[in-house]
Amino acid sequence: MALETTPSRVRMAAVATGRRRRTQYVTRRAVTPYLFLAPFGIFFLLFFILPIFYAVYQSLFRSQRSGLGLGAPTITFNGLGNYHDVFLDRSFFEGIARLLLFGIVQVPIMLGLALLLALILDSASVRFKSFFRIAFFIPYAVPGVVAALIWGFLYAPELSPFIKGLAAIGLHVDLLGGNTILWSMANIVTWEFTGYNMLIIFAALQAIPMELTEAARLDGCTGFNIARYIKIPIVAPALVLTCILSIIGTLQLFTEPQVLTQISNSITSTYTPNLYAYFTAFNNNNYYYTAALSVVLAIVTFVLSFGFLRLTQRQSGV
Amino acid sequence: MATVPQTRATAKAKDAATTKTTRRPGRFNTSNVLLMGLLFVVSIYFLLPVYWMVISSTKTSGDLFGTNGFWFGDSFNLFNNLHNVFTYSNGLYSVWLLNSFIYSGISAVIGTLFSAMAGYALAKFVFKGRNLVFSVILGAVLVPAPVLVLPLYLLMSGLNLTNTYLAIILPSIVSPFGVYLTRIYAQGSIPDALLDAARVDGAGEFRMFWSVVLRIMSPALVTVFLFQFVAVWTNYFLQYVMISDPNLYPITVGLATWNSSYTSAGAQQYVYSLIVTGSLLSVLPLILGFLLLQRYWRNGLTLGSVVG
Repeated sequence: MALETTPSRVRMAAVATGRRRRTQYVTRRAVTPYLFLAPFGIFFLLFFILPIFYAVYQSLFRSQRSGLGLGAPTITFNGLGNYHDVFLDRSFFEGIARLLLFGIVQVPIMLGLALLLALILDSASVRFKSFFRIAFFIPYAVPGVVAALIWGFLYAPELSPFIKGLAAIGLHVDLLGGNTILWSMANIVTWEFTGYNMLIIFAALQAIPMELTEAARLDGCTGFNIARYIKIPIVAPALVLTCILSIIGTLQLFTEPQVLTQISNSITSTYTPNLYAYFTAFNNNNYYYTAALSVVLAIVTFVLSFGFLRLTQRQSGV
Repeated sequence: MATVPQTRATAKAKDAATTKTTRRPGRFNTSNVLLMGLLFVVSIYFLLPVYWMVISSTKTSGDLFGTNGFWFGDSFNLFNNLHNVFTYSNGLYSVWLLNSFIYSGISAVIGTLFSAMAGYALAKFVFKGRNLVFSVILGAVLVPAPVLVLPLYLLMSGLNLTNTYLAIILPSIVSPFGVYLTRIYAQGSIPDALLDAARVDGAGEFRMFWSVVLRIMSPALVTVFLFQFVAVWTNYFLQYVMISDPNLYPITVGLATWNSSYTSAGAQQYVYSLIVTGSLLSVLPLILGFLLLQRYWRNGLTLGSVVG
C-alpha cells in the first residue's frame, strides 16, 4: 500500500507546481486549448450528438397516406405515438430478449476463454508466446462480414467439411436451423473477439507489480493459486469493463445475422433490434418509426450498461 | 519514475536473467505440456477458418464442393481465381478495394490528427469546462458505434448526403477512444518543462504542436491510426446503410452483395470462389498492418488497459 501512495503523492506535487507555473500563461493562451479542441468538438457535436437529437425529433412524427394510398404522404406530428407503438411492439422486445440471452451465454464464455488464455500466456513457462498471441488475434483483423461469410460456408451442408465429416459417420447436424442459428452466430462472435479481449486482459496482467507475484512464489504459492488469489482479483475491474462493452455490443448485432439471412431461413427481418429498425426504414419506408426504434434501443443500451457499471462498483465497494 | 513499482513488463529483461537460476522453465513438466496442448488446440480453432479460406482460394468451384475442405483440390486455381476477382463485373472489386482504402485512410488520418489535438488540449492545458469535456468523451467511449448508424442515416438523408464518400468519412472521423488514448499518452510523455522552454523561445502554440508534440506522441498516434483504420475497414452496418451505388461500395459491402447475388440469381457456383478469394484479399492488408506495426499497438493496448 505504501508503495502505491508514494508515487501518486509525488505526482500530485508535480501537477501542483506545473499548475502554478502555467497560470502565467493562462490569460495569453486562454483561447488556445479551445482551438485545439474545436475540430474534434465540432465533428463530435455534428456526427455524434446531433444524430441522436435528430432521431428523437423525427420519432415525434409519422407519415400518413390518404385512404387509397395514392398521392404523396402527409407528415403529421404524432407526439409520443411512435413510442407507444414501440412499447407494444412484441417483435422489437423479442429481438432484445433474444440478444440478451445471446449475451448472457456468449459473453461469459468468450471472456472466460480470454482470461484463461491470457493467464496461460502470462505464466513464464509457456513457449511460442508471440505465435499464440498472433494466432488468437488474427480474427480481429477479419471484417465481421468476412467472418460471417466464411463461417457461413463452414455451416452450409453442401460446403462444410465439418458437416460432411459428421454425415460420413452418420451424424446429421443442422447449424442453420431455428434452434441452432443463434448459437452458430455466438460462435462467430466468440471467434472474432476472444483474441482482442485476451490481449487487453494480458496487458493488464503484465502491469501487475512483480513484487506481488514474486513474494507469493517465494512463500510457496503455486502458479494456479497466484492466478486465483492475485492475478484474477487484480484484473477483475478490467474484466467488468470488457463485460459491459461486450454486452452492449451484443445488443447491436447486425452484420452477422444480416449476412447469414442469405443461407438461413430462420433469421427473420425482426431477428435483432437493428435488423428490425433497418428493415422498417428500407423496406417499409417508415423513417419515423425507425427513429423511435433507434432511440429506444439506445436508451435500453445505456440503462443496461450504466446499471451494470453501478452494480459492480457498489459490490466492490467503490 | 524511480518510485513507480516495477511491473513485469518493465522487468522482463531482469526477469529473464534471474529466472534461469531460480526456477527452470519446465520443458518436461506435465502441467506445462497440458497448457501448451490447450493453447495449440485453441489456436487451431482460431486459425482453422482462415486456413480454410486460404485453401479454398486455390480451388475451382467444382473442387470447392467436391473435395476435402481442409486440403488442396485437384487443380491449383489460385491465379485464375484472382484473375476472376479482378475482372468480374468490369473490375468492380478493385474499385471496392480502392474505396475501402479511401474511407479508412482519410477517416483515420484526419481522425487521428483531431484526436491528438483534443487529447493534447485536455492533457496539457487548464481551461474552463475541461472536466466536463473529458467526462462526455469517456461516456462516448462506452457508446457502441452501431447505436448511431440509423440516426446518422436519417440525418444524412435529411441533408441529401447519403450515397456519397462524405456520408462514411465524416462520421468515421469521430473517435472518442482516440481522444482518450492520446490524452493519457500526452499526459505521461510530454514534459511541461519542454513546452515552457519552447514558449520562452518564442514558438507559437501550433508550430509547437506540429514540430514537438506530434513527434513525441507518435507511438500513440500509430495505435490510434491503426485501430481507427481497422474499425472503418471492417465496418459494415454504416456503409451498408449509407451507400447504394456499387461504385461507392467498400469491400465489405461488395462481398456481401456477391453473397446475396448467388442466392437470388440461382446457383451460380463460380461466385463462391469469387467470394472466398475476395475475402482473403480483403483481410491481407489488415493482417499485414497489424504484423508490421505490432510493437506500437501492443504498447497502445497496454496503455489503455492499465489506466482504464
